[in-house]
Amino acid sequence: MNRRTLFASVAAATLAATTVFADDPVKAGFVYVGPVGDGGWTYEHDKGRLAVEEALGDKVETIYQENVPEGADAVRAITQMALSGADIIFTTSFGYMDPTLEVAAKFPDVKFEHATGYKSAENVATYSSRFYEGRAIQGHIAGNMTKSNKIGYIASFPIPEVIRGINSAYLHAKKVNPDVEMNVVWVYTWFDPAKEADAARALIENGVDVVLQHTDSTAPQAAAQEAGNVITFGQASDMADYGPMPRVSSIIDNWAPYYIERVQAVIDGTWETVDTWGGIDTGMVGIGEITDAVPAEVKAEALAMKDAIGAGEYHPFTGPINKADGSVWLAEGEVAPIGDLLGMNFYIEGITSEIPN
Amino acid sequence: MITLEKRPEPSKHWTYLTPFVAIALTMIVGGAMFGMMGVDPFEAIRTIFWDPIFNTQFASYTRPQLLVKAGPLILIAIGLSLGFKAGIWNIGAEGQYIIGAVCGAAAGLAFYPSDSIFIFPLMLIFGMLGGWIWAMIPALLKTKLGTNEILVSLMLVYVAENILATAASGFLRNPDGRGFPGSRNFKEWDAAFNADIISGTGMHWGVLAAFIAVIAAYALMTKHLLGFQIRLSGEAPRAARFAGVNPSAMILICMGLSGALAGLAGIFEVTGPAGVVNIGFNAGYGFTAIIVAFLGRLNPIGILLAGLLMALTYIGGELTQLMLAMPAAAIQLFQGMLLFFLLAADVLVNFRIRFTSSAKGAA
Repeated sequence: MNRRTLFASVAAATLAATTVFADDPVKAGFVYVGPVGDGGWTYEHDKGRLAVEEALGDKVETIYQENVPEGADAVRAITQMALSGADIIFTTSFGYMDPTLEVAAKFPDVKFEHATGYKSAENVATYSSRFYEGRAIQGHIAGNMTKSNKIGYIASFPIPEVIRGINSAYLHAKKVNPDVEMNVVWVYTWFDPAKEADAARALIENGVDVVLQHTDSTAPQAAAQEAGNVITFGQASDMADYGPMPRVSSIIDNWAPYYIERVQAVIDGTWETVDTWGGIDTGMVGIGEITDAVPAEVKAEALAMKDAIGAGEYHPFTGPINKADGSVWLAEGEVAPIGDLLGMNFYIEGITSEIPN
Repeated sequence: MITLEKRPEPSKHWTYLTPFVAIALTMIVGGAMFGMMGVDPFEAIRTIFWDPIFNTQFASYTRPQLLVKAGPLILIAIGLSLGFKAGIWNIGAEGQYIIGAVCGAAAGLAFYPSDSIFIFPLMLIFGMLGGWIWAMIPALLKTKLGTNEILVSLMLVYVAENILATAASGFLRNPDGRGFPGSRNFKEWDAAFNADIISGTGMHWGVLAAFIAVIAAYALMTKHLLGFQIRLSGEAPRAARFAGVNPSAMILICMGLSGALAGLAGIFEVTGPAGVVNIGFNAGYGFTAIIVAFLGRLNPIGILLAGLLMALTYIGGELTQLMLAMPAAAIQLFQGMLLFFLLAADVLVNFRIRFTSSAKGAA
């Protein structure tokens, strides 16, 4: 411990020399896991960054670093950003959790915001979206539209955020189509167009006619388009270029209002650590246009579900729901406790494959 | 028609000068590319090669980071260079690096939360063993069945990545991690933490091991019979056989050494800079080390310098993103140019270009 604290004081001394003066614009830094042109996750975060620039004008200056691996390199990327005078740093991938905390301890005067994690500190806030709300709507459409009764899911890493999405989509597909079957492929990457496309093709060859993805590129959309008669959903970004078929709707991450609010708080000196989990209600999760490839009746039901979730009238995880091992998770009418959602590491009843472990 | 004709005696001078020619050409062409992107080329080149060492705002942090980044590259490249000298192509150091990290971490975590001083050395030993075993697979397959070690070692990288994913979300998963994949953080466990030997210098045990490996490899290649045998096997395989060098033993030794060093680099990285065994924690060091080995002319001192240079372009490249808002792809292109020009210059050192008439060429 002592060795580390010594280093921390060295870094803090360096920081003191570079602290901005009151007149200088506030500097906001963004650390991205993929390239800004991925068309998905990182693209939307970067749109948020540009929105901050537009909204706050010359009161703010933004910097970013893309393609930062989630390991030792992340510590360096975040530290260099702090050394370059950033006042607030958004680290936009789950794997940056420990690196963010580590750097934050060395720079007590810099504010940090970590996306999708669960560790916070006095100068580290966390934020994420309730993507599972959007997954419920996708599941509803998928269950209605599948002819082969096989839904494919390209999953990235076995973390609760991804598992929640799988469960939510399956649950709502099964509600409208009891015969539906879920095929999950784990690709262990957030962004790798070749791997994502391979996964999509393998699923389609396996008889799947709906492909859901929890990865960041548009490659699965292209693979589905090539195969024909397969529907997909845009992920993280609208991916409207692939509509009206195969892309029939999408989940859109809208980070802009949050980013503007948080940078404004730094400017005003009112920034405090928070744990934000926004959904359809706050606009953090947007539902992209449902195209005409979806029957009008299904579309109307999907939109009604969106409104009900947004108004707080319906929670996607409402009992009775059993776990995959047959044990009871939620009793009739019971709504999932937030702790269960945040740490979800089990499939619900009906998904026959196993979560990798 | 252009033909390449092998030079009977490639110039010794040029063999050592080509890396510098390649660096100069990369700066010129890379600079032109930066210019076309609307960035001042001189500022960009300065940011990459000068600022990580001398910038007043960053250098106190980035100088130590050069060692952190170069350490594993040098350690792996030294091991690879022995095999490359002998004509044995271990392309799978990335996999050996991963397995070394997984085995070493598993050995340590078996004794969590012990504070014994033997934990860290034990992890190092198992890290080496893991890398060694992973390299022995292609080595034994080659000596027993005559398979191609390039393909087998490369394919084993993908197997290793899947083992890593299983380990991080299964048997090495942090029980206090709320079900998220990833091992315990070794930085928070003093008995296993590979800390800086002198605080704030970046000089952790892995960097020290890399320096020792450079010296040991130098001594081996210049003073030891084994070094002679390695060189002979690469330059004149038939002569080596007449001199009593056993080719199978050469393969096992060279693959084993490079695997063990890659495994060692993996466990140093996990217990130090990375901290956590997680899916995708391998950042491509095993592949980049191949470039480092060739950039360094397979010579230990050359590898030391090449490793530091690669580290410089990585860190300098990150600074260009921060300070000049250049895209990450521009830096990858820049690094790619370096290898391209080196290989191109190598061709010209070893071959002469002949312009012949097409009629003559056909005859």
